Amino acid sequence: MCEAKNKDLIMMCRCEDITLDEVRDYINQGITDLEQLKRLLRIGMGPCQGRTCTPLVVNELAKATGRPVKEIPLTVFRQPTTPVKLGVLAGGIDYE
Amino acid sequence: MKHREIAIIGGGPAGLAAALRAANLGARVLLIDRSDYLGGQLIKQTHRFFGSKEQRASERGIDIARELAAGVTANEKIQVMTEATALGYYEDGVLLVEHHNKITAVKPDRLIIATGGAEKNLMFPNNDLPGIYGAGAVQTLVNVFGVKPGKKVLMVGAGNIGVIVSYQLLQAGVEVAAIIEAAPRIGAYWVHAAKVVRAGVPIYTRHTIKRAYGEQEVSGATIVQLDENLQPVPGTEKDIDADVICLSVGLTPLTELLWQAGCQMIFVPELGGNVPLRNEFLETSVPGIYVAGDVAGIEEASAAMMEGALAGLNAAASLGYTSESLASDRKNVLAQLAGLRSGPVGEKIRKGLAQAML
Repeated sequence: MCEAKNKDLIMMCRCEDITLDEVRDYINQGITDLEQLKRLLRIGMGPCQGRTCTPLVVNELAKATGRPVKEIPLTVFRQPTTPVKLGVLAGGIDYE
Repeated sequence: MKHREIAIIGGGPAGLAAALRAANLGARVLLIDRSDYLGGQLIKQTHRFFGSKEQRASERGIDIARELAAGVTANEKIQVMTEATALGYYEDGVLLVEHHNKITAVKPDRLIIATGGAEKNLMFPNNDLPGIYGAGAVQTLVNVFGVKPGKKVLMVGAGNIGVIVSYQLLQAGVEVAAIIEAAPRIGAYWVHAAKVVRAGVPIYTRHTIKRAYGEQEVSGATIVQLDENLQPVPGTEKDIDADVICLSVGLTPLTELLWQAGCQMIFVPELGGNVPLRNEFLETSVPGIYVAGDVAGIEEASAAMMEGALAGLNAAASLGYTSESLASDRKNVLAQLAGLRSGPVGEKIRKGLAQAML
């Protein structure tokens, strides 16, 4: 996690405060899979659900592995698409 | 279960046009939008559009949004749900919608996904300093809420959005220090770019942001020239004072619901990222699911309205609704779309769409 006093950080995932350097460290250790990066770093798991950072991570993975962007597997797009309050979920579903 | 003939997700230009066309053919429509107003990004467009009369040239986006929204609201075949978020699409064809802290299940016969796009971000040192915004946020502040984001703006990106937002900032009395663009040429239409150039704003092509600086917030940025391979040229750094950095570096389609529905997707850089494969009716690989607007490929509001009209007509027609003019209406919209995408300006979009057809 980043420190407030740190300067010149390059933020990749602004929801979860994950920097480009942190992601590159994992990639350099051989983690070149978006799914694993997500589980290890929580990248893409904040309020925006990866809408901002996923294209950036995928580009980085493409660069590191020499594969074209379209061949980098994405993660599963699970429901819900956006954060929902637990109270709302606990209220159940209205089927009318 | 709430049964609907057609559900439309997204009340921007594409969704509104789709709702009107489908309802006019006779279909009952449910239009869902997460905002508390209809119109999407159109309501922020205070500039005049151009093109041909049929594409509503010389009208302002905000006026088009008001007119379309009024038509939708007045149409008794259209039920409007604002402040409603589509949470997910499930394999049994059920859509869950959160509306005023309640979750409702909807099972539509046809679904038109018109969710639009999301802004892309850029990585550079200190890119999380307060004062760094996406262009959409700046446009919301200035054009919707009447709030200046700061005193002096560095705009990153000289596409249509970057240049138009720069001009709107000038109109609001905010200084624009410079516009920088990584590509060798300005992406915006000249009619827009000429206005900011006349106002004295320098546009640096082949430039990018090297780093932002500032203690508690942005006080400026170092920009640098790029060579043919988009690599920084040492010694060309220049510092630009600014308390706002506005990022306008493109959009990417908002496709979560399409993935959940199992639509076949393809990565097409010309269309902004992953987009659904679709046929000439704008129907995806999943029968009954249609797309329109930026979610099908990043383009602009005029094209989104045309695609929305087409998806609305086709979805309603597939349910058996018809009219004497259906065939000619369809042909007319297709001809207008082809016109919008013609010439050198439409080259990129034509190249992109060619890869995304079923």
